[in-house]
Amino acid sequence: MGLDKSQIAWRAAQDLKNGSVVNLGLGTPVLVSNFVESSRDIFFQSENGILGVGPEAMQKAANPDLVDAGSRKVTLIPGASIFDSAASFAMIRGGHVDVTILGAFEVSVSGDLANWDSGAAGKAPLVGGAMDLAVSAKTTWVLMQHNTKDNKSRLVKDCLLPLTAKNCVERIYTDIAVIDVTSDGFLARELISSVSEEELRNRTGGNIKLASDCCVLKAPYITS
Amino acid sequence: MDKRHQSAEEVLKEIKDGSTIMISGFGEAGVPNTLLSQLKDLHPTNLTIVVNSVTRPHSLPHALIEANMVSKVITTSARGRGKGLSKFEEKLRDGEIELECLPQGTFSERIRASGAGIPAFFTPVGYGTKLGEGKETRNIQGKDCVLEEALKGDFALISANKADRFGNVNFNYTQMNFGPIMATACTTTIVEARQLLEEPLPHNHIQLPSVYVDYLIESEETDHGS
Repeated sequence: MGLDKSQIAWRAAQDLKNGSVVNLGLGTPVLVSNFVESSRDIFFQSENGILGVGPEAMQKAANPDLVDAGSRKVTLIPGASIFDSAASFAMIRGGHVDVTILGAFEVSVSGDLANWDSGAAGKAPLVGGAMDLAVSAKTTWVLMQHNTKDNKSRLVKDCLLPLTAKNCVERIYTDIAVIDVTSDGFLARELISSVSEEELRNRTGGNIKLASDCCVLKAPYITS
Repeated sequence: MDKRHQSAEEVLKEIKDGSTIMISGFGEAGVPNTLLSQLKDLHPTNLTIVVNSVTRPHSLPHALIEANMVSKVITTSARGRGKGLSKFEEKLRDGEIELECLPQGTFSERIRASGAGIPAFFTPVGYGTKLGEGKETRNIQGKDCVLEEALKGDFALISANKADRFGNVNFNYTQMNFGPIMATACTTTIVEARQLLEEPLPHNHIQLPSVYVDYLIESEETDHGS
């Protein structure tokens, strides 16, 4: 059994530096904020114009004028600020966001990211801020399942789906491993104990090696 | 000076067929529902709408499309919610509507540039992707970039919290989003606000200065406080 979505998010949360500015994408990435204590002074940026997103608002306190980019009604932390979309994207495109954590369909061995166009027939594209974030943040991490439902690898030699940005992903957190994208291909830093090196190779497209100090990937049990 | 108007209709009837209309809003915050609802009744056609998202089938921007009023959509988020196709996606499939999909930062910067008198700018965002195809490219300071042109409109429809009679505007939290830049990028800006004030807004509460605002209408939305 691999990590569930909350556990993947928990694992990524452990690597955030205190005091950093972080943008979370839809889906699993947004769960990361559940595992960051306020004492860490991490400011979550939302591209609709918030620096300092707090927990989702309780129904009573929910304000329809205060939403995040995923349309969740949210709260603000002390020190939070609100600004317009041009200022928000100047913040993003000017490189003032430390880490962007995104979901993905595919990541290539050279760090190319495909996460905005699933190729589903007839469905129109939805890019939102993904390209801006992937190109401009100081660091781009991806949270995703290692394999698709029909057992194809989401880590690939070359992306087949339309690209979001080239050479942008630095680290990938999956249900079975924590993987760095290096000039020498994928490098597994952590791997769950029930998966062997051989199985990891078989489940990964593109060249993957185990780091010499590769450790066991563990996450606590999390009640949802 | 008094930019307040009793009826949205008398202002919106200036919107002719073929106009380009910018619509504020991100998620459900800051969508000018009073203006859009009136515009739908007036039913100008062949419109180009510039709006962040048309993913919600039950939103008013999507309703304009369903009512066959729109010939082109410039947006960042076009995919309809759910597995089936939205009415917009059906029209797209049938070639009845044109779509220009943009990265959100490019979308907002093209609007901002227009309002600031910048005809075009280079950005690395979109280079080497489907959304950069056909655009002029240049390597600047070691970065491969695409050229993006300023985006201007005929009318901006904007939702706000408070406005004074001079046309100074204040927003509540993330209601702001695209409002201030869209107001700078259009020939005519119409703002709906929950409170239209006789007295001037305190100078330090003004987030959109009066010079960008032409008409004020009272919003039918509930006040969510400030």
